[in-house]
Amino acid sequence: MKYLDEFSDPALAGKLIDEIKSATSRRWSIMEVCGGQTHSIIRHGIDQLLPDTIEMIHGPGCPVCVTPLETIDKALEIASRPDVIFCSFGDMLRVPGSDKDLFQVKSQGGDVRVVYSPLDALTVARENPDKQVVFFGIGFETTAPANAMTVYQAKRLGIENFSLLVSHVLVPPAISAIMESPTCRVQAFLAAGHVCTVMGTEEYPPLCDKYGIPIVVTGFEPLDILEGIRRTVLQLESGRHELENAYPRAVQGLGNPAAKAMLLDVFEVTDRAWRGIGMIPSSGWRLSHAYREYDAEHRFSVTDIHTEESADCRSGEVLQGLIKPHECAAFGTLCTPRNPLGATMVSSEGACAAYYLYRRLEVTHA
Amino acid sequence: MPETSNGRSVSPATIDMEAWVCPAPLRDSPNIVMGHGGGGAMSGELIEHLFLPAFGPAADAGMGDSAIIEVGGARLAFSTDSFVVKPLAFPGGTIGDLAVNGTVNDLAMAGARPAVLSTAFILEEGTPLDELARVAQAVGTAAMAAGVKLVTGDTKVVDAGHGDGVYINTAGIGLVDPRVDIRPQRAAVGDVVIVSGDIGLHGVAVMSCRAGLEFATTVTSDTAPLNGLVAAMIETGADIHAMRDPTRGGVAATLNEIAKAAKVGISLDERVIPIPAEVRDACGLLGLDPLYVANEGKLIAVVPADDADRVLEAMRSHPYGGRATVIGRCVPEHPGMVSARTALGGTRVVDLPIGEQLPRIC
Repeated sequence: MKYLDEFSDPALAGKLIDEIKSATSRRWSIMEVCGGQTHSIIRHGIDQLLPDTIEMIHGPGCPVCVTPLETIDKALEIASRPDVIFCSFGDMLRVPGSDKDLFQVKSQGGDVRVVYSPLDALTVARENPDKQVVFFGIGFETTAPANAMTVYQAKRLGIENFSLLVSHVLVPPAISAIMESPTCRVQAFLAAGHVCTVMGTEEYPPLCDKYGIPIVVTGFEPLDILEGIRRTVLQLESGRHELENAYPRAVQGLGNPAAKAMLLDVFEVTDRAWRGIGMIPSSGWRLSHAYREYDAEHRFSVTDIHTEESADCRSGEVLQGLIKPHECAAFGTLCTPRNPLGATMVSSEGACAAYYLYRRLEVTHA
Repeated sequence: MPETSNGRSVSPATIDMEAWVCPAPLRDSPNIVMGHGGGGAMSGELIEHLFLPAFGPAADAGMGDSAIIEVGGARLAFSTDSFVVKPLAFPGGTIGDLAVNGTVNDLAMAGARPAVLSTAFILEEGTPLDELARVAQAVGTAAMAAGVKLVTGDTKVVDAGHGDGVYINTAGIGLVDPRVDIRPQRAAVGDVVIVSGDIGLHGVAVMSCRAGLEFATTVTSDTAPLNGLVAAMIETGADIHAMRDPTRGGVAATLNEIAKAAKVGISLDERVIPIPAEVRDACGLLGLDPLYVANEGKLIAVVPADDADRVLEAMRSHPYGGRATVIGRCVPEHPGMVSARTALGGTRVVDLPIGEQLPRIC
């Protein structure tokens, strides 16, 4: 496969870092929106190589992390039912709900299955006509088309024993919410490349204008990230605030029109609670009226489950970039990947887990 | 202690590294969960907090994959392993190859020459006989290749739906070479860490044909008996300190175990770890780290720096060690932990896997 090694070349990385250093004349705080980017930054030690004056703030773009506790509890409730086969992406299985996770539901007899493509869940539904098959449809715009395809196909093929537990979230409203927070320190964004692969870039120039911030669409390999940072710094230093696409090999301005058409058909915009952040208006998708019968929340009557987050967990502040993970008192003590208090410690894309996994040496010996 | 490479230090720590253990292990699940079998932290806790207390004074197990028993002046290595791989056949091997090579390798890692194996089969009602025959044939072929005799065995059948076709347990006995003392505790500051070749092949090969995840790859399992390679290494006269085959949990889990047992830090150079492009790609696609992916025909050796050259030379002349490479060193810093210098020049911790590695969402 091409495009992996080529984008982690140390010599090219060194050149980009030099360019960033020579372009930087003062302190800048840049938020990478996507959890995949956070993981890559910490995994490769990119932030250690940047000039001291550039601070990377880790954004709320890990779908596992921002899925509200309430939604996890609904998933646990549904997955525990004897007539249900509950299908999910792997990393949702360890996310703690109020008193357990999906792994424990599985160990107690629940039929919980890891699938790698949402359409595999549809296959499970066809193979098990006497069971209700539910897919845990979470994620940003990136995973939405594949999740939408499941109910689109289910409807077309008349598969009635399939439903979707939906908790989709959207990037642009989150950027607005962060910029409008009174404590906001973010001066520029690396936008999530794969979100833009689906949605295109049209939603972002208005945000650049409204908040006076550069937004650079950025990929995920080390060189992608460094190039995104380089372009962001150049904009900041010259006082520009524009949308730039630093990930043109995957992102086109219009995005993926076929996927967008399907999303428009299957989903409708709704207010959505983000774990650790709270309610953000018009920041999510739910199934549209035409597909409401495939909504697992209604099919299994779990709409009344309401849960509060742990008071010890400061993942909200982490997700907003207000504190670094190790500045939370629970980090590494009450809260570890083994016993996570909040979802940012669960997914490898979560900022807390990334710090725990890769940065304990500095944190402990500093 | 270390600042980051650009001199930035991170905020003062209130965290005591030594106290970083789960305060009440096992409390978070009243049942066995899949992670307990992952070979990582959860497996360790199950042994430490359930099996050992329950076994009481009867338990007398060391840290290694093999026990060393003195019998009539000779040192015997004794080891057992169970095999529950799904699917039964995968590119490059079957559960039968694994069952033999797994136990042969556990014995070899203690410096023993494997001699005899037992084989116990737990069969699921309804399993086609020709499928079982293929597995049994693989057991025989692998035993011949490894030069071990299959001297006793057992067969049980369980109801349909209570097993995945065939489970195999093997146990084995080998004679430990009188010249060696190989155990993880002996790894010492200054030692070099050698891996015998390309990592991640077995795990990727099995994943490539697992239901729901089928992807096209040319990767085949590296399952192989390592007793010949180990014998060649011992013949050099080098004082091999520690040796492990990085199976479940991969290179990362194995190195963490060694670091913990010997109370040394291990520092890796990520750039030189031999990871084939196909493994890197498959892991990139699935969101997995090759350091955590299982191997079935590789070993990690920790040897004094002065012995490294002759050990490497002996390994490279052997068919199963052709790409042997030094990937890191034992260091006085961060005892019990493994760190890696990244290709770009940053550093990171290489932690013990917790349970199972989970493919990421996106």
